Formats: sequence, C-alpha cells, structure tokens
Amino acid sequence: MELAKELREIQTLEGHTDRVWSLAWNPATGVAGIPLSFASCSGDKTVRIWEQNPSTSSWDCKAVLDETHTRTVRSCAWSPSGKLLATASFDATTAIWENVGGDYECVASLEGHENEVKSVCWNASGSMLTTCGRDKTVWVWEALPGNEFDCVSVLQGHTQDVKMVQWHPTRNLIFSCSYDNTVKIWADDGDDDDWACVQTLGEANNGHSSTVWALSFNASGDKMVTCSDDLTLKIWGSDDAKMSADGFAPWRHLCTLSGYHDRTIFSVHWSRDNIIASGAADDAIKFFVENNDQDGLVDGPSYKLLLRKENAHEMDINSVQWSPGEDRVLASASDDGTIKIWELTSE
Amino acid sequence: MVSELINANPVIYEKKERRVRSVPSAAADEYVVEPIDQQEIFDILSVYSYIKDPEHPYSLEELKVITEDAIEVDDGRGYVRVTFTPTVEHCSMATVIGLCLRVKLLRSLPSRYKVDIRVAPGSHATEAAVNKQLNDKERVAAALENPGLVDMVDECLSPSYE
Repeated sequence: MELAKELREIQTLEGHTDRVWSLAWNPATGVAGIPLSFASCSGDKTVRIWEQNPSTSSWDCKAVLDETHTRTVRSCAWSPSGKLLATASFDATTAIWENVGGDYECVASLEGHENEVKSVCWNASGSMLTTCGRDKTVWVWEALPGNEFDCVSVLQGHTQDVKMVQWHPTRNLIFSCSYDNTVKIWADDGDDDDWACVQTLGEANNGHSSTVWALSFNASGDKMVTCSDDLTLKIWGSDDAKMSADGFAPWRHLCTLSGYHDRTIFSVHWSRDNIIASGAADDAIKFFVENNDQDGLVDGPSYKLLLRKENAHEMDINSVQWSPGEDRVLASASDDGTIKIWELTSE
Repeated sequence: MVSELINANPVIYEKKERRVRSVPSAAADEYVVEPIDQQEIFDILSVYSYIKDPEHPYSLEELKVITEDAIEVDDGRGYVRVTFTPTVEHCSMATVIGLCLRVKLLRSLPSRYKVDIRVAPGSHATEAAVNKQLNDKERVAAALENPGLVDMVDECLSPSYE
C-alpha cells in the first residue's frame, strides 16, 4: 500500500439549509464510466442527490427530494443495485425512493417505529432492509415485488435508543449500536425469520463506556470498527475457527484507539483498501491503518494514526464515507450545513 | 388539571450587582472582537434572557440554579461548560432547564462554540442520565422538533417585562 501523505480538499458543497447528518455513495456509480454520485440528508427535512460532472470533475446537486419527510432526515442508504434509496427520518418513517429517469419518486413508506428512525441499511442482495430508532428496537423488512415492503421481525433487546444498524457484508447478521453503550449482533434462526440476539459487546467485553454511534466492517467482513461518545474507536474481529454449531463465530475486542479525538466520534468508515476514517465533534477527520511495524510481541493486531485533518469543517462532523471506485475519495458531512469532497493522495 | 409543583417553596436569592465593564476607546478598538468570558455567558443566560424557571416567575439566577462561577469558558478554543444546580434533587424539570440553557447559548454564541451542559455533581438523583441526555446532540435536535417542548423552552426564554 502506498503511503498517504495528504488530504486534499476537492470541493465544498453547499445547498442544505440545516446540518447535514449523513451521506451515502451510490454503489453502482464510479465504475464503467458512470459518474460518481451520492445522497445526503439533513435537518432541513430534505435529501439531496449529488453527481460528479465527468468533463469538469466538479460536483453538482442533481435533485432535491423534499415534501415527503416532515422532520429531520437522519440517514440514507442505497440498495446494492443503486436503483432504490431508503431514507430514515425523525418523523418515524423510512421512505423508499426510485430513480425514474433522473426524477426521484417516493414509492413506499415504511411505518411502524414509535418515534425517530435513526438508521437504515440494506442487506448485500437487496432483498431485505433493517431500520432502528429511539424506540429501542431494530426492525427487519423484506423487499417484495412491486415496491412492497413487509416487516418480518421487530428485534427487542437494547435498553436505550439505537443509533445505527448495519448488515454484515457477507453473513446474514445484523449489527446494531446504541445509547445503552453496547453493540448487539442479531442472527436469523434458519429461514424462519426468527431473529435473535446472538452476542452483545458491552463493557465486560472491553466495549465502550458511552453511546456507540457507528460501526463499519472491513471489506472481508472479519473485522469491524466502532466509534463512541467515550472518545475511542475500537476494533473487533471474528475468528471463523471458533464458529459454533449454528454457524456463528463470536466477535472479540482486538484494539482500542484513544486520545485521537477529544469530543464525541460520530462516524467511522473502513475503506476497501484498509484505511479507517473517523469524523468527530472536534471538527477533525483522522485516518488509521494497521500497524505492521510491531515485532509480533503484541497479542493481536494494533492500529496507528496515518494522517489527521484538524478543522476539516467549522463545526461537528457527522458522517465520513469513502467512495466506491478506484480513487481514495472521501466525503464528509457537517453541522455547518456543508459536505466536503476530499482525496487522500500519496504526494 | 392542576399538578403539584415539584418545588413549591423555592429559596429566592438577591440578583447580584452587575460589574461595570470598561468601554474600549472607539478609535483604536473598532475592529477588535471582545473575547467571550464567564461574565458574558452568565449575562447571556441571566440578563439578556432572564430565563424563567419552568415552575415559578423567578429567574434561574434568582433561584441560584445558574451562577457565574459555575460557567467555564475558553474563548480561544471556543468552548463553554455550564454547570447548573436544580433546586431539588429529584427535579424532573432538570432536562427542560438544561435544554433552555443550551437553546439560549445556541442562539447567542458564534457557531464555532462547543457547549457542554451538566448538573452540579451531587445535586440530582439521576445526574448521569440527565447529563447524558443533555449532551446527546441527536436527542437534543429531536427534542427541539417537538412543538410542545419548543413552546415550553420559548416560554422560559421569553423576555419578562416588569
């Protein structure tokens, strides 16, 4: 891996009229000549779609998805095919949008959560979705033909507000992280849609001591990173050799990264080429990689700071996301109402 | 429906004398931005807004819920921490008071400021829980989208004409 030397600021995108909470890259873009595109969502109750102009390389807002959510839109997620966009809102609904020739149409609304929905995520095949919220539950939905969605399970177990859900990239597992300071792992018992919590990563397992805000898997899915209000990032791993009879390999703590951020870390994202990016309320973006300099005397992998960017934004950073495609392009979203596009370069 | 007040007989303290601040000479200091300090934050919270206690027609200053020395400011770093003391240990209004303080500072301070609000250690039965809620940005944002709560906060922050 080439050494990264600098985080170059490419462009600052303005448009949202309130804080930008989250953004999601369209996974079907940035390849085969299709220009990179992403969605952002905001306290201004709208979602904006941004696209890179292939000739000028600059970024433009292509669409504003409004008049649907009646409160903050907190999170968004594209289906793996890039054809549908799910948006989760404080108005307790999750909207599903379809791109119909450049225009985005709301084709479904998933209702059921009692209050604010905080996160949404699709599974790897796009056949299912998961959402979570302040009502302490995680919902599992099935995508049916004709843009119909059915709730197949409501997962209870967290004792507080659930901040984020992520479907594992290769295994049929849902991970959720919460204000109750834990990460919970949910598995489906056979094909029954009988979901249950198979592991809880709490303080007793070297877990976080305050709200866990986000989690992200590495490309192979055998490691994940979590970030928290306790000002640390934690790396976890799952050892297939320890897989139990029902096919679940438990997760264990590998490493804690502390002292890098001095305010709540809201977002973390593990790139395909193994660079972890974090964004926090201290307005900084930091990058971490596995530390291969050690002599093997330390038990397990350790991680080190690769690069930092203080004052990346003028206010809290709520989301950092690596783009799909070949280049090391990162987008960040902030309370200052802007989104910034960055490139991690080697010189 | 008349509900019982949490604290029917609060102790009222005298409002303190305002320390006169020296006015900088007009010519030399026209473009100098005065750094924000403890007294300024206290004034924002007690004078310019006269934040009313949710239950009584007295200000938070008069009830000694907020005091000048319980405010920590670092203007260079853009950081404020306000420690407030609810009048009774089981005050369920603690989160509302904390929210009012946060909203007032949000509306008055430059956006670069980071604000932490907490109850004075030992002053509240569920101190950790209240502090956690008051400092969870997402929970605060959602609360401020709740019209009933916003009305209550605006009522506490509205100027009082004596």
